[in-house]
Amino acid sequence: MRENTMEISAFDVRAVRAQFPILQRKVNGQNLVYLDNAATVQKPQMVIDALTHYYSHYNANIHRGVHSLAQEATQAYEEARIKIQEHICAAHSHEIIFTMGTTDAINLVMQTWGRSQLSFGDTVLISALEHHSNLVPWHLLKEEKGINIEIIPIHPDGSLDMEAYADLLKKNVKLVCVNHVSNALGSINPIKEMVHMAHEVGAICMIDGAQALPHSKVDVQDLDADFYAFSGHKVYGPTGIGVLYGKEKLLNEMPPWRGGGEMIAAVEYQSSTYNTLPHKFEAGTPNIAGGIALGSAIDFVRSIGVEHIEEHEAQLLESLTQKTAHIDGLKIYGTAEKKAGVFSFLVDGTHPYDVGTLLDQMGVAVRTGHHCAEPLMNHFGIPGTIRASFGCYNTNEEVDVFVHSLERALKMLR
Amino acid sequence: MESLAERKAEILDEFMMFDDWMQKYEHIIELGKELPLIEEQFKTEDHLIKGCQSRVWLHASEGDQGKVHFTADSDAIITKGLIALMIRYLGDLPAKDVASAEMDFIQEIGLQDHLSPTRSNGLVSMVKQMKLYGMALAAKQL
Repeated sequence: MRENTMEISAFDVRAVRAQFPILQRKVNGQNLVYLDNAATVQKPQMVIDALTHYYSHYNANIHRGVHSLAQEATQAYEEARIKIQEHICAAHSHEIIFTMGTTDAINLVMQTWGRSQLSFGDTVLISALEHHSNLVPWHLLKEEKGINIEIIPIHPDGSLDMEAYADLLKKNVKLVCVNHVSNALGSINPIKEMVHMAHEVGAICMIDGAQALPHSKVDVQDLDADFYAFSGHKVYGPTGIGVLYGKEKLLNEMPPWRGGGEMIAAVEYQSSTYNTLPHKFEAGTPNIAGGIALGSAIDFVRSIGVEHIEEHEAQLLESLTQKTAHIDGLKIYGTAEKKAGVFSFLVDGTHPYDVGTLLDQMGVAVRTGHHCAEPLMNHFGIPGTIRASFGCYNTNEEVDVFVHSLERALKMLR
Repeated sequence: MESLAERKAEILDEFMMFDDWMQKYEHIIELGKELPLIEEQFKTEDHLIKGCQSRVWLHASEGDQGKVHFTADSDAIITKGLIALMIRYLGDLPAKDVASAEMDFIQEIGLQDHLSPTRSNGLVSMVKQMKLYGMALAAKQL
């Protein structure tokens, strides 16, 4: 316990910031205050270096080459897979499938597990909090197969209505799709309990972890998640790379989706046999540099300690919530007891676009709009919100700049 | 009647006066507040240009001497201020002038970001609609 306390006090946000070159730049003549971390986070030097080092020193196609560069590249790529496996506590490294990102991972599940296991009348339960990426793929399957989509409702504070969830599970449910943390509101969903309840009725769970992994410890075995997807670029890695974790048994049962090189065992002109996991789902030359750099991003997160990041961001969120409490007409969307890193709000008499535009003039980057969660915004009867979201490098001073800039913007608009 | 060049010069002059972004935006907000209201009957789904950030309603009609008359509105005040500028620039002009007008004044007053397609505030589509209406009316008048 004592040791832990010392570690936390050792978290030095200045030292963390120094690793992010982009934080030095100015926007509209002002110091950049980057609070759009739920959209994408900035990259530490070690991740940028991993990309350039790969292309400068050992760029080669992986898995089949006998030459040294190919072996170095293969080793680095597969080491990254193992780092990810260890980070999310998966049982096997072949349960880590590299994808282009969370959206791609969910589409993989829809195209393979969904198309082979779901048929007319089967119910897919989707939470009211979902990002379009965990909604639209299932719409496609609904159009193709006539599956039934039911929505798990939320309480006014943005937490899921667990009683309604329990009731909905009685409806021939085969799959539950839910995000670990809501990108629009920041609410943390009780995933472990939800997975357990789903398994009791024989359903499986697809967890969108894009907003959870950057901010908290994830243990897929403890959660007992069947599928868990996340994006590299939200966890300090590059864009265009992400992960689908799936339980070995499920992944083995699923047919491949994309066909091509790497994913085959043997090919004849009329037929093919497929490779084993994870290669079965990784057709073609993958994003090698991206995978390796994602491994470096995991190293970065582990070097700080995800529990320190969680604690730091929780403190920033608490501080921001307190420091905006006096602002007349400010309404927070998402007031669930358990929240991670997201401050989503509106101010009476102002439009998010106007507030976001003026904040940008003051160097403050926030997101405005529906956050790719249009049905959720419709549920609240609003066009969108203004969302400030934190990363490990944000500071209390930046919270002050944000509050001050917001006050200035509101003065101009109201 | 003022030519497009005169209208442009007038707008540039007006924006030259501002020393910093705050004054500029305060002015745009003011213009937004002064924009005459669109008639309620035209604030419908048919007249709506949906952006992901802000929404714009535009109504165009043939005014006196075959000129194009625009009314518009938005739910965001900065978008509304920019609409007021567009209407001041393109409104009540002969249809062929609307159709062929260059919109480079927006760049010159440093507000081109708002007219970028990635901004998704409905303004790009609005300008396109205004010019299309000008084109259609000009064709009809031939």
